[in-house]
Amino acid sequence: MDYVIEMLHITKKFPGIIANDDITIQLKKGEIHALLGENGAGKSTLMSVLFGLYQPEEGTIKVRGREVQIKGPLDANALGIGMVHQHFKLVHNFTVLQNIVLGMETVEKGFLKMDDARKKVMGLSQKYNLFIDPDALISDITVGMQQRVEILKMLYRDNEIMIFDEPTAVLTPQEIDELMQIMRNLTAEGKSILFITHKLNEIKAVADRCSVLRRGKYIGTVDVADTTKDQMSEMMVGRKVKLTVDKAESRPGEVVLDVENLSVDARQEGHTKKLVSDVSFRVRRGEIVCIAGIDGNGQSELVQAITGLRPAGGGTIRIGGEDVTRRSIRYKNIHGLAHIPEDRHKHGLVLDYNLAYNGVLQQYFEPEFQSHGFLKNDAIYRYADTLISNFDIRSGEGAQTVTRSMSGGNQQKVIVAREISRKHDLLLAVQPTRGLDVGAIEYIHSELVKQRDQGSAILLISLELDEVMNLSDRILVIFEGRIVAELDPKQVTVQELGLYMAGSKKEGKTDEDKEK
Amino acid sequence: MKTKKNKDYSGALSSVFAILIGLLVGLVVLILCNPAQALPGFLTILTGAFTHGMRGVGQVFYYATPIILTGLSVGFAFKTGVFNIGTPGQFIMGGFGAVYAGIMWEQLGPVHWAAALLVSILMGALWGLVPGILKAYFNVNVVISCIMMNYIGMYLVNWIVRSYKPLFNTLRNESKNVAATAVIPKMGLDKLFPGSSVNGGILIAIVVVLFIYVLLNKTVFGYELKAVGYNADAGKYAGINEKRNIVAAMMIAGAIAGLAGGLLYLAGTGKHIEIKDVLASEGFTGISVALLGLSHPIGVLFSGLFIAYLTAGGFYLQLFEFSTEIIDIIVAVIIYFSAFALIVKSFLGKIRENKAGREGGSET
Repeated sequence: MDYVIEMLHITKKFPGIIANDDITIQLKKGEIHALLGENGAGKSTLMSVLFGLYQPEEGTIKVRGREVQIKGPLDANALGIGMVHQHFKLVHNFTVLQNIVLGMETVEKGFLKMDDARKKVMGLSQKYNLFIDPDALISDITVGMQQRVEILKMLYRDNEIMIFDEPTAVLTPQEIDELMQIMRNLTAEGKSILFITHKLNEIKAVADRCSVLRRGKYIGTVDVADTTKDQMSEMMVGRKVKLTVDKAESRPGEVVLDVENLSVDARQEGHTKKLVSDVSFRVRRGEIVCIAGIDGNGQSELVQAITGLRPAGGGTIRIGGEDVTRRSIRYKNIHGLAHIPEDRHKHGLVLDYNLAYNGVLQQYFEPEFQSHGFLKNDAIYRYADTLISNFDIRSGEGAQTVTRSMSGGNQQKVIVAREISRKHDLLLAVQPTRGLDVGAIEYIHSELVKQRDQGSAILLISLELDEVMNLSDRILVIFEGRIVAELDPKQVTVQELGLYMAGSKKEGKTDEDKEK
Repeated sequence: MKTKKNKDYSGALSSVFAILIGLLVGLVVLILCNPAQALPGFLTILTGAFTHGMRGVGQVFYYATPIILTGLSVGFAFKTGVFNIGTPGQFIMGGFGAVYAGIMWEQLGPVHWAAALLVSILMGALWGLVPGILKAYFNVNVVISCIMMNYIGMYLVNWIVRSYKPLFNTLRNESKNVAATAVIPKMGLDKLFPGSSVNGGILIAIVVVLFIYVLLNKTVFGYELKAVGYNADAGKYAGINEKRNIVAAMMIAGAIAGLAGGLLYLAGTGKHIEIKDVLASEGFTGISVALLGLSHPIGVLFSGLFIAYLTAGGFYLQLFEFSTEIIDIIVAVIIYFSAFALIVKSFLGKIRENKAGREGGSET
């Protein structure tokens, strides 16, 4: 068999943990090979080994049948291995072309010679259908185009082996489709692709074979065509996982959140455009309303205006019929608002506090946890223990664990546990499953549905289309700070939703209609 | 609280490391200055405080009193996320308040000294309040406003003392003696440490240290202060009024530094407010004390005692024809290396965190 890369019996240990335990991965020439695993399964460690950032204790790496020693990224590059990182490594105030040649500039007597480079880049761009504007600044182009720049960077360096690290996390559905097409084109030209992801749909769509890692161990390699998504997720998680959320028909009750003509002004000087303009909607008891949209279209600001983290520029917000537009954050928190924030490190947790103290971040002042200004530590730790057991939060030292040392998934569970356990009428969940693995996502989804059935009004903000389609009872699409559509998840397709999110379709009419 | 103990332990280790290196550098300096006398001089630094037995120990407590408090002031503010570099100003304002009350309010009798201390606390709090308000409501950098308050305080005190007859001792160009009733009682310490300058001030300082420790670690108010100090955004999310918090934290920090001034100038040891254009060194020493004590109230108590111990020993360096400034050099080196040790510690911590991340599985 003709393998371009073979990582054979790789074992990499860190003190106290075996990050990679006898892992073997073989990449055939011209295939798309998916590497599937939960967070912490050892995918990144394995790739770091391939790029020479770590030296494995055991095992060998063969490139094109020849055993090699890779001591660093430069060695990897010399062997034709390139990588598109999850967070792009681009210089924002450089042009596309400058970014592509960065580090590989052709120079003559110390002066840059960009003409040859430009010719080569444009040639590659046409050959692989990677449309770019070579003179645009990175800061001005879309995320999708930035990704194409990253791919061109690899092609410019004549990399034959390409690694994509969770490339779709930041893309719209249309951009994802485009990327899939690009990947197929690349393999058609003889490139080999290693595709790291934990999204099963994408593997199904594009990959030829799939290797699964779980907790540092190699589980197996399967042909994607012969394997169902359920089988793959079971391999990944080690148990059966429900990929869709079971939920009964929603039975909306009275209105809990009533937002009317809400606007948020930009804070930066010179920006007069409103980040959120004239948004009105309602959320009732017993329903999950989802605001779908591509990142940066005002959904964060909308939520911050509702919670009070950011002042509202205009309009009114009512919770349970009471006007709370000008109320303090504390007032809203104790009058029915629970909030799972978007950024768990920035807002959700005091990372240097332990689990117990974070567990009462919104309640430490209540008589249950303090008397006469003194903290009741016993009660706080007891409460934390109940959160830990109710929500299966895993941590090194129980309630004493400093949250900074916990894994992302468990940190998120602390926040979810804290917010859900509080008495609330309205739950604002902003990207509650961001960066989490399938097991944790499943858990948080079922919790949200449970909250709904117990009579909470839930406003969900999500960038993940699957999440939007699975969880919500109603979908509001936000585009450039405006609600452009209200959709029923049962009647809309993912593709249609994507078009609304990208702004090319507005309620009742499409772009073509407008042109007429 | 197992993790917490581990952490404190490694922090204390970094301080010990810094102290050892600082002493070593001190020895090198001594050797460079006068090789023949270096070793006896060095031994004097280490043991000099005990030269006169219990009297020397008393002196250490006397020196330590103000710097423990200014250190506590800096450390406390630091825990709540602000860098209080305004201790010299707060210290001198507190000292002035105490001296003013100590001279003018003789009719108060037995509670005179307590009242004077209260004035020093209020003056210090006022001097902390201003940068606090500027920071909270106008987003003025605390460091800058604190430094300005230092100079305003210093010149203001000089001006008032010089121009207000009842306070000014024209012959010696300094403030007059405070009334006998304003001198802080010995509280029995003169019997324990005969002949030394120690007085009840050290006990008051220890009580304040314990008070701040409890405030920070056991109360709702401390929970809020530290939450905002660690992560102001999360504090805001939790509905904590962070503006009020900053103002309160700076006021308390100022009050502690003011008390330090009051305790020093009411010690009855011939210490007066001298008219000179120099910021109070006790204030800046507080920054060193806080750094060496890792901003922890109990740590500050011990690091204050330690620096006072060195200062007391250094006094006897003059016997070997060294100048006492060498002690300042040693203390400076210790602080330098304690900052360095903190970097090493945080570096090690980061490595450990990365590892923990991998173990726990926060993979990207």
